Amino acid sequence: MAETHSLQDMRQQAAIAAKVFIQRDYTNGTVCQFQTKFPSELETRIDKQQFEETVRTLNNLYAEAEKLGGSSYLEGCLACLTAYTIFLCMETHYEKVLKKIAKFIQEQNDKIYAPRGLLLTDPIERGLRVVEVTIFEDRSLGR
Amino acid sequence: MHLGLDEPVRECQYNPICTRNSSSMETSGHKKKRTPRRKWQIFPGRNRFYCNGRVMMARQTGVFYLTLILIMVTSGLFFAFDCPFLASNLTPAIPVIGGVLFVFVLGMLFRASFSDPGVLPRATPDEAADLERQIDASNGPSGPGYRPPPRIREVVINGQTVKLKYCFTCKIFRPPRASHCSLCDNCVERFDHHCPWVGNCVGKRNYRFFYLFILSLSFLTVFIFAFVITHVILRSNRTGFLSALKDSPVLVCFFSVWSIMGLSGFHTYLISSNQTTNEDIKGSWSTKRAKDNYNPYSYGNILTNCCAALCGPLPPSLIDRRGYIQPDTPQPVSHSNGSCMYNSTQLQSHMCDQEHCIQSTKFVLQAAATPLLHSDPVMMGGEGPTLPGKSSLGGPCASLTPSQPSLPSSMPGLGCAGDMLTLRDPDTHCHHHHFVSPEETPSPGPMPLTLPCPAHMTHGGHMNPAQLYDPASQDSLHEDSVRGLVKLSSV
Repeated sequence: MAETHSLQDMRQQAAIAAKVFIQRDYTNGTVCQFQTKFPSELETRIDKQQFEETVRTLNNLYAEAEKLGGSSYLEGCLACLTAYTIFLCMETHYEKVLKKIAKFIQEQNDKIYAPRGLLLTDPIERGLRVVEVTIFEDRSLGR
Repeated sequence: MHLGLDEPVRECQYNPICTRNSSSMETSGHKKKRTPRRKWQIFPGRNRFYCNGRVMMARQTGVFYLTLILIMVTSGLFFAFDCPFLASNLTPAIPVIGGVLFVFVLGMLFRASFSDPGVLPRATPDEAADLERQIDASNGPSGPGYRPPPRIREVVINGQTVKLKYCFTCKIFRPPRASHCSLCDNCVERFDHHCPWVGNCVGKRNYRFFYLFILSLSFLTVFIFAFVITHVILRSNRTGFLSALKDSPVLVCFFSVWSIMGLSGFHTYLISSNQTTNEDIKGSWSTKRAKDNYNPYSYGNILTNCCAALCGPLPPSLIDRRGYIQPDTPQPVSHSNGSCMYNSTQLQSHMCDQEHCIQSTKFVLQAAATPLLHSDPVMMGGEGPTLPGKSSLGGPCASLTPSQPSLPSSMPGLGCAGDMLTLRDPDTHCHHHHFVSPEETPSPGPMPLTLPCPAHMTHGGHMNPAQLYDPASQDSLHEDSVRGLVKLSSV
């Protein structure tokens, strides 16, 4: 489609109209979860269900990263026994999930958000504090 | 904005000014053009970085070297004088086990000291502005003499109401269990305490290393102590010869055994109840505060709490210290001007003005403050109980004491040798200045002056990085005193 810009183009050419920040949701403690409340600024740009689905998937991925279970305990014990030197060769489970999250956000941006003039920033770039949604100026060319 | 080429001599004279004001270059760009800079070089906190950002420690590292020397000297004496005898007369397994323990202790010490404790990066200007807007909207218009209430958000976690405080330095609402360390000038996740012995904060990412360090150190000291005594007894049976040299590791070990074992016991209790030192000292979850007070973070049973703390997933560092600075990324500032700043030249030049203002204020206050200063701000000795035998290996952790004189009942027989940090106001930052005003939430008015000066210097861009990250202790002392005096004057 001719109107669809790549993310790079959008970043360089489009002017930023506003930024919306989705804050953390601490009702379950210190685990990384984001609020699923739909911000009013995005009402004209994207479907509420779509957005909430994105945030919910993100929350599930972060929960998977921090999950306490057999595999994470095993990894922890093994690391302790090797005096944490095994992390020189292999990635932690958390890091693997973070890569998955980065891919997921890239996908979401390409398929859903960029065509609507929005851009999600990976929360890890903001210290896992917020999900930054950049709203670009509405080009309104054939839309 | 370039001068004409027909006057080459004059052009050379004006070039320096010309380059700075040129709109085609970012102010910090003329440095970036030469070598790409890494993020640790502009890190706003008061940390020291070594090995090109791989190692991260607090600014005051003297006590860490002391810890290292004590461990090495004690172990060295043991291996040199006691092990040959014990290996030949008892079993060679003794020096082997001792060696393994020694290596493990050092490994854990380095891991605890050199890693990022879980520092939260400061808010970007956009985020800070967004939060300010939200706070202003919820507060409503303020009258001429009205001071806005402290910025607090309440959240219910597992049935307990927890207050999230707004950090003025980092411009964020602190997550639960996070706290701002005034020594390192960073917000740290799951903040336990700042440990001078380890030369770093102890937080979410390095708590397990710290715990394993003190646990293995207690095993090591007990091990050395036991075998030194064995050696002395065996020798005195044969020759009756007790030299003064044999005594010294005994004495050192004797005092350190009790303090380190006490500390390990205390932290074992903290881990099993999933509390931090900070929470325990403040009594956040104690039933003395309220009848139905309980710890909302505890998993319910001791085993799960221990496993979660020690074997749980290790979160990655949030500050990406070795990443390269992207020219278009908004860099966090230590103060907000209430508006989004996208143009970094504007940002840099504005901060240069601010910096000049603060530098000149600093010099004036320095001149006034100099007679008031003592020698060392960290070693506030005499403000807490000291152990006898100060030369001991003991008390690797200087935990925070409340302003009440009694130690919490959960620390039986524990004393941290001398280096206690006094806690001015249990609810907020930990401070080590005894002349800081009791007001912990400064009003936004004098904000620009009460800012940590090193933070400004890091953003100035034209300060020598070597100077930044290896300041003379006098310089830091002056900054601290300036900050204290300015805060006092702002009350």
